[in-house]
Amino acid sequence: MTLATNPSVAEAAEEVETSRRHRSYGRYVLGKVLGSLASLAFVLVVNFFLFRVLPGDPARNLSRGRFVSKGQLAAFNKTYGLDQSVPQQFLTYLNNTLHGDLGISIKYRVPVSQLILDRLWPTLLLVGTSTILAAIIGVWLGIRGAWKRGGAFDKASTGTSLTLYSMPEWWLGLLLIAVFAVGWGPIPGIFPTGGLHSVDAQPGTLSGVLDTAWHLTLPVITLTLAYLADYSLIMRSSLLDELGEDYLTTARAKGLRDIVVRNRHAVPNALLPTTTVIALSIGFVVSGAITIETVFSIPGLGLLGVDALETPDFWVLQGTFMVASAGVIAANLVANLLYGLLDPRVRT
Amino acid sequence: MSAVEGDGSTGVPATLSARQLARRRRRESFLRSWRIFRRNRSGMLGLVILAVFAFIALAAPLLASSQGLEVTQATGGVLEPPSSQYWLGTDDQGRSVLTLLIWGARISLFVGLAATVISMVIGTLIGLISGFSGGWAGAVLFRLTEWFLVIPFLPLAIVLATVLGRSLFNIVLVIGVTSWPGTALLIRSQTLSIKERAYIERARVLGAGRWHQMSRHVLPNVMPMVFANTTLTVAIAILAETTLSFLGLGDPTRVSWGSMLDDAFQVGAITTGAWWFIVPPGVCVVLVVLAFTLIGQALEEVLNPRLKGR
Amino acid sequence: MSDLLRMRDVSLTYRSEGGDVPAVRNVDLDLDRGEIVGIAGESGCGKSTLASTILRLQPPTARVTGEVLFEGQDVLTMSWGHLRALRWAGASMVFQGALHSLNPVQRVGDQIAEPIHLHDPETSDKQAHLRVGELLEQVGLPAARARAYPHQLSGGQKQRIMIAMALACRPRLIVADEPTTALDVMVQAQVLHVLSGLVHELGVGMLMISHDLSVLADLCDRIVVMYGGRVVEQGPSKLVFGEALHPYAEALSAAFPRVGDPAARYAPSGLPGDPPDPAALPPGCSFAPRCPRVIDDCTRAVPELRSFGGDRQASCIRVGQP
Repeated sequence: MTLATNPSVAEAAEEVETSRRHRSYGRYVLGKVLGSLASLAFVLVVNFFLFRVLPGDPARNLSRGRFVSKGQLAAFNKTYGLDQSVPQQFLTYLNNTLHGDLGISIKYRVPVSQLILDRLWPTLLLVGTSTILAAIIGVWLGIRGAWKRGGAFDKASTGTSLTLYSMPEWWLGLLLIAVFAVGWGPIPGIFPTGGLHSVDAQPGTLSGVLDTAWHLTLPVITLTLAYLADYSLIMRSSLLDELGEDYLTTARAKGLRDIVVRNRHAVPNALLPTTTVIALSIGFVVSGAITIETVFSIPGLGLLGVDALETPDFWVLQGTFMVASAGVIAANLVANLLYGLLDPRVRT
Repeated sequence: MSAVEGDGSTGVPATLSARQLARRRRRESFLRSWRIFRRNRSGMLGLVILAVFAFIALAAPLLASSQGLEVTQATGGVLEPPSSQYWLGTDDQGRSVLTLLIWGARISLFVGLAATVISMVIGTLIGLISGFSGGWAGAVLFRLTEWFLVIPFLPLAIVLATVLGRSLFNIVLVIGVTSWPGTALLIRSQTLSIKERAYIERARVLGAGRWHQMSRHVLPNVMPMVFANTTLTVAIAILAETTLSFLGLGDPTRVSWGSMLDDAFQVGAITTGAWWFIVPPGVCVVLVVLAFTLIGQALEEVLNPRLKGR
Repeated sequence: MSDLLRMRDVSLTYRSEGGDVPAVRNVDLDLDRGEIVGIAGESGCGKSTLASTILRLQPPTARVTGEVLFEGQDVLTMSWGHLRALRWAGASMVFQGALHSLNPVQRVGDQIAEPIHLHDPETSDKQAHLRVGELLEQVGLPAARARAYPHQLSGGQKQRIMIAMALACRPRLIVADEPTTALDVMVQAQVLHVLSGLVHELGVGMLMISHDLSVLADLCDRIVVMYGGRVVEQGPSKLVFGEALHPYAEALSAAFPRVGDPAARYAPSGLPGDPPDPAALPPGCSFAPRCPRVIDDCTRAVPELRSFGGDRQASCIRVGQP
């Protein structure tokens, strides 16, 4: 049984069409990579202007008048190349940055790039663990809430998520420290109030690892709760979007159990936007860590940036800002490529 | 509303009545929206919370003397727990926490609202122009928006606050100029969809200028979305103010909830168990931000019935 | 009783804040093995709602009364396990708007294979794969198309996928809900051709829903015309289309809408006004406000469905009057 009208011609045309569409995933990737490079260039420019042009007299402003004598000022300017013309400075800046030279820390007297590398892993450990935990719990909460929309569980979890969303995450951290590290009423303060390990800890041993995990428990809980609010609200609303779709009726009409309809058809589709949001939020690693690392005094990138404010150690400030922006751009790219892989519609 | 006056002097009665009609229709649709909003329980809860805080902020001089803010005029002891004299105890300078809290409401709400105004103006303008003009200028503005979207908000705000110095005005400016891209994207997509609608086509055929089309047709139609988005932006702006002040980047001469928490953190209120210095400012922040979030969500639901029941 | 499908006194009411909304009222409908029955009517007359009750797919807010007997068993009261076994294996559906009825992120082949695996867990992947290829060829698509995603297919191709999917478990009944509405004229004709050919070839019973009476007249043995949630006329399709008894059926067939004209769906020519809002039905005959032959008696009572011989029924007090 075939069709009345000549199918072969139409089908041949369709085949051509299809292969053209498949090839375009390469173009999609290329487009996204180029877009990211453009964003990176933009960040480089912004970074330059932010630290050298905007303050007017960078040396005086950024050092908050600590260089009193003319000689000191000139020396400062010469060290940091601030005595050159602006275009000349820009070229030097570009050249240095592209070679991984982010300047030398005024406070620590070591290269900023070295400083950043040293401080990277506590931040990654903190934010990475929290993101994974928050993603698992948040997605689960969102699915349960949306599936039984309006039920007691949904109301409780949405209310909690909204409250957590409205809360400065560092304030939540302060409360957790007060209750679980200092102790409150009958609750003993068993957790450390901050830091990454005890004074007598031996790094590299099992006890050293456990000690660090112990120190990271409260900060990870804090960040997890903060991220969780976002993820569960997004998962809930994208699943609610899917629940109205006709293809779920098709799935139910096929005789699938409700739970299978949910897990095989509705959830994978609803996960698409949520995945993007989670991937994107990983890019905000440094932003997320700034306040939590301050509150729990964890020596990561965020604390490095905040400490640099006091001095002010502005090459460090500039370096962390650069890393923070690059992180967002990289995560953006990953999110887009991931979306392209997961959702066949995006590729075309 | 200028739509009624305008060039009504040409004296064409039909035009005038059409405008009055349009105005009445807008009024009716506002009333209809309000009726829907009133049925939204969480939205109404947000409105009530907000009303309470707005009252506190406006009536601050009546509720607590501003002298209570002066360190030199402080009468209490250091970090005194709550008592009948100091309902919420005292801070590290011997000032009443309740007084600080009441005056802090002013700063938090002011910064939140003022920063939102800046963010809205920039976001709406860039969104409208990039959506409406298309072509070269539109593309550039769109790219710019996307770029600003990838710059991490908090680090940029910190850097700007450092570079510009610490004052109330700068805090407002910093939050305002860093939080507009989301609004711009929203307005742009709204503008694009409205542009496609028939009545813009008609206006173009009738020879209306670009500015006319934008101000008479596009703007009034995107305004409701802008409004809903505004309330959500206020919530984010207040959170941003609190965080920046907590990091010591706020105006050192003024008391806000964020700067109170900064003080509390610096003097070790946590380890000494002075909960009255930590809990109340945070609770106030949560309540106000939650209020704006609930109102914003309710407004979105009213304006976009597809979202109903979320 | 050899009836494949037997609906008796089926009513469906949506419960909403503003009160109960009767979408389907006291419908009787029979369908024999291998028979094709059409349901005609404008949008909003309760056709699709009625069809949803056959596999108990109505929304949870709806209350259904009456009996929906599939091969003698009441679908409305059977256990969920029994119902799931019946779905797709006993009766399957071709939904309207295939654009949204296919999962956008799964390959269409997998979606066709899904009910095969479900209803016959013994099937190996290879067998299912072969069956999918066979089904695709039956509807005039190359077997390789199984690897495509829905968005890579045209509207007509998607609708063929839906048909292939409906045939996957060799059901005894196919419910086709506006299977060609979103398609342009040529494609519409092709899809209908495929559908009717397969139904005749395989001896499957089909309930076909359409606003387009001329399409139904071509394909169906009998036609049921619905208005305001009720059956207003039924009989052999040639008679209903050619010499309608009820003024509404007459208006529908007189309109003789050109195939695929979307405007005809909403306003059959020569029939002013809109179908009634189920939440505010007029008293008496629902069609009275739009009826060219209305008299005072029409608004007094809901007219009964009366027999007029030769398997014809109509619910109009004016039939047989001058």
